[in-house]
Amino acid sequence: MTEGSSLELTAYARSLGIEVEREEDGLPVLAVDFGRNVEGRPGHLHGGATAGLLETAGYAALRTRLLAEGREPQLKPINITVQYLSAGRQKRSYALARITRLGRRNANLTVEAWQDDRTRPIASAVMNILMA
Amino acid sequence: MSEQPKFDAGEAGKFFFRGGHTGWLGLEYVVHGQNWVELKLPWREDLIGEPDRHVLASGPIVSLMDMASGMSIWQTTGVFTPVATLDLRVDYQRPAREKSAVWGRVECYRTTRSAAFVRGIAHDGDEADPVAHVAGVFMQVSYDPKKRLEAQAESAKTEGRDDD
Repeated sequence: MTEGSSLELTAYARSLGIEVEREEDGLPVLAVDFGRNVEGRPGHLHGGATAGLLETAGYAALRTRLLAEGREPQLKPINITVQYLSAGRQKRSYALARITRLGRRNANLTVEAWQDDRTRPIASAVMNILMA
Repeated sequence: MSEQPKFDAGEAGKFFFRGGHTGWLGLEYVVHGQNWVELKLPWREDLIGEPDRHVLASGPIVSLMDMASGMSIWQTTGVFTPVATLDLRVDYQRPAREKSAVWGRVECYRTTRSAAFVRGIAHDGDEADPVAHVAGVFMQVSYDPKKRLEAQAESAKTEGRDDD
């Protein structure tokens, strides 16, 4: 956890081993180490775990932004589309979201995940989240 | 490849979820048809997505649908060769019921030489009232060098992406 961060990850995220690595421009960069619980095809990150990291980074960024604006609505997923760009290796993975549009009732986010080379993302996602 | 027995989701389901991410989630095989597979994600306290409600997070549901997708492709083609998820979309209709398991049923409705197309639903007991709909595209990843080159040539032709 970064200092002063009021961000609490979900039970699922903590159980999977996702952590807040640092903040960039006020938004959290999340990370997860490679291990058995995120492994799919031997030696590779499971697509579901990658999606879990992307989605968690999306919610974390949106919550952080909303808190900064004094808003604390309940967040409900509308949809997520994940693009898998290259295989995740046995390395630490990172993810950071960009809030493309923050409206009153819904938010649109794009999220990228990468390993050691940030310019070569392993996956990206587009998310729509309802704020009730 | 020709000596390999035809893929059977029921048989594979007996040993598929012993380790790795899907083992950690506790996925279970339920039933399959000619081109579809249904898996179950049991309820578990540490998979909840919200602090104040006993509802499964959406992340594990993506994992469930991703795995059911792969198995529906192997069931359809009859061959257990690695597939890579290219694109997976999940539309959430409603949260799953409190403390409920979630079932994922995915069918592979079309395969080409290099791609496989899937669609399916996640439900919490009633298929007619899904929790989510999913659609995905997978690429066949062949380990046979000649086939792999062909597959690479094909994917380079169609979308010019690096398939590593």
